[in-house]
Amino acid sequence: MTTENNWTAVCGQNDLISDSGICALVNDTQIALFYLKKEQAVYAIANHDPFSEANVLSRGLIGSKGDDLFVASPVYKQHFCLKTGRCLDDENTRIQAWPARIENGLVEVLI
Amino acid sequence: MSKTKLVIAGNGMVGHQFLQSLADSGQLDSFDVTVFCEESRLAYDRVHLSAYFSGATAEDLAMGDAETYRSWGLTVLTGETITEIDREYQSVTTDKGRELCYDKLVLATGSYPFVPPVPGHDRPQCLVYRTIDDLDAIAEVAKKSKIGTVVGGGLLGLEAAKALTDLGLETHVVEFAPRLMAVQLDNGGGGMLRQKIEALGVSVHTQKNTQLIDDGEQCFHKMNFADGEVLETDLILFSAGIRPRDELARQSELEVGERGGIVINNYCQTSDPAIYAIGECALWNKQIFGLVAPGNQMAKVAVSHLTGGSDNFTGADMSTKLKLMGVDVASIGDAHGQTPGARNYTFVDEREEIYKKLVVSEDGKILLGAILVGDAEQYGTLLQYMLNGIHLPEYPDTLILPDRGDDKQTGLGVAALPETAQICSCHDVSKGDVRAALDSGCCTLGDVKGATKAATGCGGCSALLTDLVNHELEEMGIEVNRDLCEHFPYTRQDLYNLIRIEEIRSFDELLEKHGRGHGCEICRPAAGSILASCWNDYILTENNVSLQDTNDTFMANMQKDGTYSVVPRVAGGEITADKLIVLGQVAKKYNLYSKITGGQRVDLFGARLEQLPGIWEELIEAGFETGHAYGKSLRTVKSCVGSTWCRFGVDDSVGLAIDLENRYKGLRAPHKIKFAVSGCTRECAEAQSKDIGVIATENGWNLYVCGNGGMKPRHGDLFATDLDRDTLISYIDRILMFYIKTADRLQRTSVWMENMEGGLDYLRQVVINDSLTLGEELEQQMAHVVSTYQCEWKTTLESPEALKRFRPFVNSDASDSNIVFVEERQQIRPATPEEKAEIQAEPIKLVS
Repeated sequence: MTTENNWTAVCGQNDLISDSGICALVNDTQIALFYLKKEQAVYAIANHDPFSEANVLSRGLIGSKGDDLFVASPVYKQHFCLKTGRCLDDENTRIQAWPARIENGLVEVLI
Repeated sequence: MSKTKLVIAGNGMVGHQFLQSLADSGQLDSFDVTVFCEESRLAYDRVHLSAYFSGATAEDLAMGDAETYRSWGLTVLTGETITEIDREYQSVTTDKGRELCYDKLVLATGSYPFVPPVPGHDRPQCLVYRTIDDLDAIAEVAKKSKIGTVVGGGLLGLEAAKALTDLGLETHVVEFAPRLMAVQLDNGGGGMLRQKIEALGVSVHTQKNTQLIDDGEQCFHKMNFADGEVLETDLILFSAGIRPRDELARQSELEVGERGGIVINNYCQTSDPAIYAIGECALWNKQIFGLVAPGNQMAKVAVSHLTGGSDNFTGADMSTKLKLMGVDVASIGDAHGQTPGARNYTFVDEREEIYKKLVVSEDGKILLGAILVGDAEQYGTLLQYMLNGIHLPEYPDTLILPDRGDDKQTGLGVAALPETAQICSCHDVSKGDVRAALDSGCCTLGDVKGATKAATGCGGCSALLTDLVNHELEEMGIEVNRDLCEHFPYTRQDLYNLIRIEEIRSFDELLEKHGRGHGCEICRPAAGSILASCWNDYILTENNVSLQDTNDTFMANMQKDGTYSVVPRVAGGEITADKLIVLGQVAKKYNLYSKITGGQRVDLFGARLEQLPGIWEELIEAGFETGHAYGKSLRTVKSCVGSTWCRFGVDDSVGLAIDLENRYKGLRAPHKIKFAVSGCTRECAEAQSKDIGVIATENGWNLYVCGNGGMKPRHGDLFATDLDRDTLISYIDRILMFYIKTADRLQRTSVWMENMEGGLDYLRQVVINDSLTLGEELEQQMAHVVSTYQCEWKTTLESPEALKRFRPFVNSDASDSNIVFVEERQQIRPATPEEKAEIQAEPIKLVS
């Protein structure tokens, strides 16, 4: 993996799955990556679901609620904002979110 | 304190309601209850008696059951009748010579069918229509008859005529009055009803006074009328009204009416305060009430009085709505306009055969009565206007004129109803009761029906109840918007039709044409399911994959720790030793927790994401295919061992179960679907608790529909009997596809049925009589799904691209270190958080 200005390349763009998620492991941290095909945008949030204590968020369904993009946990269905990691169902809960981008066919996360 | 000795004569519908009310009062403990039931059967639903000839069994009609009565601590003596009351000693004597003392006695002896004393009325093959035994006798005579005639064109007579047509007889109705249902309808309404019923093949003869019944020439009987005409018939069914069974009252010198009926006061007490009378044997204010709803009210009043309450019987509204041979008929209040100054509005549509009449007060402000034939949709609204004296709109005729959609709805706003307005007369449920049910947590129509029993009797109030529930939910701020979600302003049914009609093949296309935003975890799986039901493409194509819940995406069931369980298909629960061994070997190799499921297969738990392809490679190699345990789709067809091995088996349940499972496997639906097939009536496969249940009979298969276990169990309804295999399959095809077409998202078949207007009868109409001419289309749609079946796991294993998804990390071969198992009863289970902390401190204890 190459590092440049703390942007870490984690996989190729063609590893992404349209309107769905995959998971990358960076320094023992599990990062869920979501790809929105129409916007060609990629989002990175923690893969750990604080409600079920399982590492599963990359396997949730994505969607939108008003202007917020979210992933719904596949275990107990809480919604997490893809941009901020904020839990839309519980204002006291927030998970980590990282800036992410696609550069030269690579997916990079600022970590 | 010693218990009150309570004796009840009669266990009909009202007798049953009395016992139910007593149980509901919570004061059963203060009574020592003995019930005498003349018939060999406990209480059953006489209102729906004719259903006995269109598929329902005695069990379906049953209301009281011995088990429940026993649990209430009642002594119930069937086939035994009280023959004498000794009021001085407060004791009764029965036809079996039993003597019993009472503190309180309740007479719920009902009525008997009136048979006009025409010479010849007592000939063989002259029958009445009142009990299940009567029905059995009718069926017996019908076997050797071609023509059947009902004497009496009232409400019951027409019910009886339906029974005769259901038995395949050429049916005649003979009525003394100039029209049918003379009590409830006027000439216009009666005439329209006659036209509609004759179109269904029943011959109606009005103004016929039968004078003699003797031997026929072509048929068994000849009926000779006063006007000189004759009618030949093989079977005669008398249904010319009822008479109260008041012989016990007469014998014990209780006060009875001039024309019969045991006189009661507002507490349902007879002239002897220790004796009550309720139901059709009772005479209140010189009136007999020949409907079940007032009888039920009397039962409740009597219970209230016996338990120290203060309820009063103050008469009952005799308005009625019913479906006679598929024809809607309703009569409300003063239908004949006998109130001084009454004025009428009439609407007649001879093409559609609809007749409607409003009777209003002289000033046009109050509704006095109404008649509806051919379309009784406004019954609920009109009844509320009449019962509550609500002021009519400026132009009352808008209430009966057809809604052309060009002006505002003229229906009565449910908001206008007072709290005491009775919504359901069968179960005496008021608007206030419905609101209380909603306040206590009910949030759907189904919940309210379950909690209050409203709309579960004759069903006449179901449209009104729906309006009320929706209105109240809205008032409570609960969204009754039926849009699927914020992305689609459509219901699931709308989306289904859009996808079908416009041949939409992907979610992106659907969103672009009909939706907005990015979709969500509600509309994506719903659309995925509909697309699969319609087109049955592979669920993990690039277009489809983002619509699937994790279980469908990975074709396994996610468990609480993020691992998955694996269930291969074992059709009908039949499995070879070799395959069992393979299951064991795979479980052992991957260290999976093994459990036998309720659906007669094996569930293997604790598989990591990355292990799933390897596990399935081995299973498919051994001849297994995917079990769809992860999908909202057909799960299993459970079976008993059937006639092949069982001493009692009537037919090959396993063979049928395997065929059904193979036919419908992979079918995606609004919710999961389970079947079962039993080889005889002992029902070892528990088919009546399944969405689709099949039970072998001597003459074919009985089909039960819309049962389920789960949170709110429901017995399946008997849909059709003695079917051959092809008919059975075509019915199931149609039912399932109709369910897929019309159900809400995640709506089980049981709830679907409970919310369906017209219920079981409607579904029979659609499926058996093809009333929507959809039958063939539904079968073709099913044929498409059946012919495009694929094992999704097999397809996935053949696609390197699809297999990439099963890597836990896109950039590493590591495993998720958060998955930890411990051992319990010689197998793995997920570690608790405490155990995990301990184990992760000392990783050496790790099992897997």
